[in-house]
Amino acid sequence: MDTFQDLVFKLKKYWSDRGCILQEPFDAEVGAGTMAPETFLRVLGPKPYRVAYVQPSRRPADGRYGENPNRLYKHHQLQVILKPTPADVIDQYLGSLEAIGIDLSKHDIKFEEDNWESPTLGAWGVGWQVMLDGLEITQFTYFQQCGGIDLELVPAELTYGLERIAAFLQGVESIYEIEWAPGFTYADVRLADEQQLSVYNFEMADVASLWQTFEINEREAQRFVHLWAKLDQDTPALERARFPVLGAYEHVLKCSHSFNMLDARGAISVTERVGVIGRVRKLAVGVAHMWAAQQQPPPPAATATEAA
Amino acid sequence: MANFLLEIGSEEIPDWMLAPAVEHLQTAFTKLLADHKLKGKVEWADATPRRLAIWLTGLPQGQNNSVEVLTGPPKSAGDGAAVGFAKKNGIAVDQLETLTTPKGEYFSFKRRVAGRATTSIFADALPALILGIPWPKSMYWLGKGTPRFIRPLRWICALFGAGIVEFEVAGVKSSNRTHGHRKFGKKNIRVSAVRYAAQLEANFVIVQAAGRRKRIEDGIAALLEGKGLRLKADAGLLDTLTYLTEWPTPILGSFDPAYLALPAEVLITVMRHHQKYFSVLKEDGSLAPHFIAVLNTPGDPDGLIASGNERVLRARFNDARFFWGVDQQKKLADRVEDLKAVTFQRELGSYFLKTERNVALTRELGGDAHAQRAALLAKCDLTCEMVKEFTELQGVIGGLYCRAQGETSEVAQAVYDHYKPVSMEDSIPSTRTGQLVALADKADTLKECFRVGMIPSGSKDPFALRRAAQGVVKILAEGVLDVPLQNLIGGDAKLEEFYQDRVRHYFRELRGFAYDEVNAVMARGWTELKSVGARLEAVKAVRPTENFEPLAASFKRIQNILDQAAFDGQSVIDPALLQEPAERDLHTAMKQLSLAGLDYPTALIRIAALRPLVDHFFDKVMVNAPDHAVRANRLALLFYLRSEFSRIADFSEIITS
Repeated sequence: MDTFQDLVFKLKKYWSDRGCILQEPFDAEVGAGTMAPETFLRVLGPKPYRVAYVQPSRRPADGRYGENPNRLYKHHQLQVILKPTPADVIDQYLGSLEAIGIDLSKHDIKFEEDNWESPTLGAWGVGWQVMLDGLEITQFTYFQQCGGIDLELVPAELTYGLERIAAFLQGVESIYEIEWAPGFTYADVRLADEQQLSVYNFEMADVASLWQTFEINEREAQRFVHLWAKLDQDTPALERARFPVLGAYEHVLKCSHSFNMLDARGAISVTERVGVIGRVRKLAVGVAHMWAAQQQPPPPAATATEAA
Repeated sequence: MANFLLEIGSEEIPDWMLAPAVEHLQTAFTKLLADHKLKGKVEWADATPRRLAIWLTGLPQGQNNSVEVLTGPPKSAGDGAAVGFAKKNGIAVDQLETLTTPKGEYFSFKRRVAGRATTSIFADALPALILGIPWPKSMYWLGKGTPRFIRPLRWICALFGAGIVEFEVAGVKSSNRTHGHRKFGKKNIRVSAVRYAAQLEANFVIVQAAGRRKRIEDGIAALLEGKGLRLKADAGLLDTLTYLTEWPTPILGSFDPAYLALPAEVLITVMRHHQKYFSVLKEDGSLAPHFIAVLNTPGDPDGLIASGNERVLRARFNDARFFWGVDQQKKLADRVEDLKAVTFQRELGSYFLKTERNVALTRELGGDAHAQRAALLAKCDLTCEMVKEFTELQGVIGGLYCRAQGETSEVAQAVYDHYKPVSMEDSIPSTRTGQLVALADKADTLKECFRVGMIPSGSKDPFALRRAAQGVVKILAEGVLDVPLQNLIGGDAKLEEFYQDRVRHYFRELRGFAYDEVNAVMARGWTELKSVGARLEAVKAVRPTENFEPLAASFKRIQNILDQAAFDGQSVIDPALLQEPAERDLHTAMKQLSLAGLDYPTALIRIAALRPLVDHFFDKVMVNAPDHAVRANRLALLFYLRSEFSRIADFSEIITS
């Protein structure tokens, strides 16, 4: 029987064999693999890209103090981006299931409509939730727009819910019973994390500090959006290339995480919610535009030397 | 005569979009044939999640050749013009003929137009036809600015007889190939058009939805036979599963009977909405610890799929049981204060304030202690875990919790039902108390939203106010309450108009009355909905009788006469001034006709019986008599006739044939 880490190895190997760069998880808090720059920014622009990575995804409001067998504050996604989408993408995807030991002649797979939309990222796509014997194991999305920008190449995003798949493969009733590595269960590795962070997120995180964190990061991201706007035709190519768009994006992610924390603390009323989401989206959209512009070839040099 | 097969292969199309797409495809092909004057017909069209297919028969190889007469310049324009005309059409001058018309003689010539081959017409038209299928939400996949479809288009099989109709759409070239079931069928199957359905069937695809539906129904019957179980029928779910599968196979799964301690509503919601399972009933109609899942595979030989589905369902039921337990730790009655933290609408504050208003309005509308209690508790389930998880069960959960927490059954049922009707088709709350609470809740929402300017416009109705107003109308029209709609409007002109629209919509669309009947009846009062309904029934019943429509025509005439005369209805009929027998007879009949105590149909029949006298009046009497007093008296007579006898409906609104 494969352990949790065997499952991860096999999926990474499978996608590596199909030309994907294997990235490591993004090192700031994100709610989903989509938010890591490897997806959110790389899907923009005309350059093909193929990448796979595990992304620990933090959703403070989903915490259950380690007491619910199916719910986690932090779960793991295996995120695959295939840009542009290959014509046989579904066959490749189904092949990945066979590769992790799911004999599709003995199981029931359905692609059920599930369109994806992230109001905080100004992003949406259409696709399916992939159901394996009634269990949602993957979100499959054809991205159409990101950061409010229509995508030039349409990527397929495959997001595998690793805990669910592992529990299915191992035939255990609780995520915490998953064997992570030989002799170690998921509970051994992560239960304390779930317990303590549930307490922290729901009960103890300081709301005033979270608001401050939100605002500091919002200001910082905003500052770079404004600075970028001041660049012009005369800005040297190197200066454009070195402009810290990625730094600005990290602040957007921190805003998003602070928002999720405030939400879990019950500090955002339903009334305020839409407004705060709008503030994060504005930053995300700003950064997406900066990044897309930065990817463009530099404007042609002035045609001064050409004789008439 | 030839046949034509088109199969459009796509990645999995959402189930609910397939039937409308098939319908469109049929219409589009029928139009294509008509536009190009091609005989032939659409034999069938159908779809699975991965394909739309259509089969045409009786097609000619091509259009008939035809002759077209081209008219040139008049002969009087001379030879120069003739040369120009001939040159323009690529012929010699001596090929021109003379066309004689009433306006004179013209140069002309008959051009032979060769009919186009059917395959060539199809090849030209099909790319646009395929991309023209309307989808609720389409996508692009080849890059910005490329064609859109519902999901990526992956193959096209287009066969005219045995030959391929060659064209390309969204980078896909037509071929004679199809693909079977993703796992159990072959790929790149060479299609022989007349055997198409059989070829697919051998590859685990039933292309006809009816065939899949039957396979599901037969399969379920076989699973349940002899077990003392029956299916909880669910036509919507059956549709979904028919269009979610290419080779549907039902299986019977089980769950621990201990879960039956949870309310059936919760179990059914989990099975139906979250897992797309059918529920199974015991012979006594209670829920059995089983479910039916429909697979998209030929079967489950090792039972792995059944146990997988059972495992998922167990986890979901465990969640529900957990939520139930947590929720019972705090009674609904103790959660009223918690509603202060739940926003109703940004401008309208919390559900706590909403609850206060609902209770007050319930009392105002005549609600007793039970009704007020129900209004107080109705929204409290919004703070419960179960409703946060299964939002579609709001209200229902509150009702169940009321029962579990010792509220009276009157209160519990009212809370349970108070979101009803959730659609035009849904029933209204079953009890008087439930109707009151539901009415107060919806009426308050409407009044408050309109008060702060949240008014639906066009297709924009983010707060579902149309549905709320429709609910109010339906409750008042079909329930036991006797509340005039006027009492819920509070003098808001826009809200009044909004309700009026909904009343009209309800009686037309849901009750099926003709629009002129609805206009006629509503013109005589529209806020007492039971009266509106009864008057409409009466008009509809009496309308086919011989006197009714002619009388309606006369009333329209009366209305016109009164309008033209700008008659203000002030004068009184003076019997002494009635000169003609025809007007005296009408006056006598009117005076003798008492409608008091009559039901609407009888009253209408009596009124309609005035028709011969009214006709006679118009035959014999000139309303615009030279004598001013006589004229005024005749107008008064007509005014009286119109006002006394069109209280049920304004007959002048009836469109007469």
